[in-house]
Amino acid sequence: MDLKTNFPQGPIKIINGRCITLVGNDIDTDRIIPARFLKCVSFESLGENVFADDRIQLKGKHPFDKKENKGASILVVNDNFGCGSSREHAPQALMRWGIKAIIGQSFAEIFYGNCLALGIPCATVANKELIQMQKVIKNYPELHWDLNLQQQSLSSSNYEWHLDFESGGLEMLLTGKWDATSQLISQGEKIDKRIKLIPYLNNFT
Amino acid sequence: MSSGTLYDKVWDLHTVATLPGGSTQLFIGLHLIHEVTSPQAFSALKDKNLSVRCPNQTIATVDHIVPTISQKRPFADPLAEEMLSTLEQNCSEHGITLFGLNSGKQGIVHVIAPELGLSQPGMTVACGDSHTSTHGAFGAIAFGIGTSQVRDVLASQSLAMNKLKVRRIQIDGQLNKGVYAKDLILHVIRSLGVKAGVGYAYEFAGTAIEALSMEERMTICNMAIEGGARCGYINPDQITYEYLKGRLYSPQGKSWGKAVKWWNNLASDANATFDDEVNFDASNIAPTVTWGITPGQGIGIDENLPIPKSLDPNERIIAEEAYEYMNLEPGKAIEGLNIDVCFIGSCTNGRLSDLKAAAKIANGRHVAKGIKAFVVPGSEQVAKEAEKEGLDKVFQKAGFEWREPGCSMCLAMNPDKLVGNQISASSSNRNFKGRQGSASGRTLLMSPAMVAAAAINGKVTDVRKFLNEKSSNQLS
Ligand code: SF4
Repeated sequence: MDLKTNFPQGPIKIINGRCITLVGNDIDTDRIIPARFLKCVSFESLGENVFADDRIQLKGKHPFDKKENKGASILVVNDNFGCGSSREHAPQALMRWGIKAIIGQSFAEIFYGNCLALGIPCATVANKELIQMQKVIKNYPELHWDLNLQQQSLSSSNYEWHLDFESGGLEMLLTGKWDATSQLISQGEKIDKRIKLIPYLNNFT
Repeated sequence: MSSGTLYDKVWDLHTVATLPGGSTQLFIGLHLIHEVTSPQAFSALKDKNLSVRCPNQTIATVDHIVPTISQKRPFADPLAEEMLSTLEQNCSEHGITLFGLNSGKQGIVHVIAPELGLSQPGMTVACGDSHTSTHGAFGAIAFGIGTSQVRDVLASQSLAMNKLKVRRIQIDGQLNKGVYAKDLILHVIRSLGVKAGVGYAYEFAGTAIEALSMEERMTICNMAIEGGARCGYINPDQITYEYLKGRLYSPQGKSWGKAVKWWNNLASDANATFDDEVNFDASNIAPTVTWGITPGQGIGIDENLPIPKSLDPNERIIAEEAYEYMNLEPGKAIEGLNIDVCFIGSCTNGRLSDLKAAAKIANGRHVAKGIKAFVVPGSEQVAKEAEKEGLDKVFQKAGFEWREPGCSMCLAMNPDKLVGNQISASSSNRNFKGRQGSASGRTLLMSPAMVAAAAINGKVTDVRKFLNEKSSNQLS
């Protein structure tokens, strides 16, 4: 299976697919991808090992192993998701498993930034709605959803929730400018100018 | 308009441009790289046909995957060997200085950059590692980044960032005997929670902070990230300058005086406004130990494990999860809990003063039967200085293993791992499920002296009891 072609590119306005819920606060990146899988010089084989230890422990009952969740692309989590280590391997592993967007009560900062750099929108909703959302998804795993970035909503035939996005990130996703590299290099002259103004780069003169 | 915090001043000085999405392009003065989070960034550069913009502002070392028993090449683990040789190749290709094994300067990235004088006041420091917050101890704005951002910094020496709010954490008063910087920061995280810092930089201030040595300040800023804050910093002062003077990359000769003059103006102004302020009294803090699966689940050594029902509903769920994982009983004392493994090391507590504090406890005593205890210096330089003072002998005589420098069992990407549901007393920074190499392994975080005390007694011990014994002060 070549997932690569499915990786996000350009403006991201709508993501559709089935949802998968993963309940729990403070799920750290060590759990998303345990450190032993970081021993690699490319990200390629991370997808199959996402949540490796949690999955071993739950012996097939982990949401990422359940039959009904196969092929889901919108992950719904709880509070402070992705805390801990800065490893980009975490969103890479989720993305390579098939996750294209994440909804939660809040996200750890570095994790959020890593997701944005990969074109994975992270939306937030209040705890109350989140619990309703997770309940519906759990009861009807077969439902198809639209995560609409322009309208800031998650909807299916009978349900709709408003989602919140951090405005800078949303703008970057909608305009396709979430891959920052080219923007940053295009400011070459301004970078040179800045270098001349920073004391420690100029012998403190 | 600048509100006059150090954070604002450094931010403004490094602002290159405002990007279309509204975020700021921030210049990065020091980019630290290591073997785990850089290979994919270098591949991405290659794919895009880009080069490293400021190789002189980029410094590499190897720490996460290195074995600590024998560092002979090639490593026994072919994957670890591949990671190191990939880093070596990338550094030589792009003209980046690599402090590799046996250079005399290798070690955990957050230990070596300060000891080489690379981390300085007023800088922006980035590294593909969340504990980059450590370098904030010098009055730098230092934060961890992901691999895509490592690629961005390599390519442009800058990053797209959003400005953080600043919370001042004012800690006054004096730490009691047997209470260390580690206890202080564990206490702060326990009190504020593991996500209170999201969206904030933490400025640590107050008389208790000013009294700390640079190594202790690094311990504090190192764990800012465990409180959710991407960066933590301390205003530079005389202690900072004394530490920096004469180090390899510190300003030399005439530049030194000019540097100090500039540094003196960086501290947050007296009338600076903060987005939030909290206060602590250092004299109220006891040796602190974590019992759960987040660094916020800590208690004083003389307290009992919390009853989930008495906790805030938000903390209750994770507390219950922690009890199940840790196999501990609410209401019981933490003191006296049996442990299996003792680990002294990491970027939080693997520096000379940490090893000294632990050696003071180990000296003239012996590790309890059946306990595996080992000491991993944070860098080759730390190892050398410790050996010069005979600390290696003190530890070995007491039954601790003395290892080669690296990250080791802080995250167990090398052969140092917990086995099964072993429980460790660890001077590192994360007690997440599975963090120390076994999917059911358990970690109790504490100060290095507390780890040493635990090793001697084979169970969680209040280090103050040892410090009050007459025999424990032979080591200066
Ligand atoms: S010692 Fe631990 S926390 Fe520090 S850099 Fe190494 S793995 Fe990360």
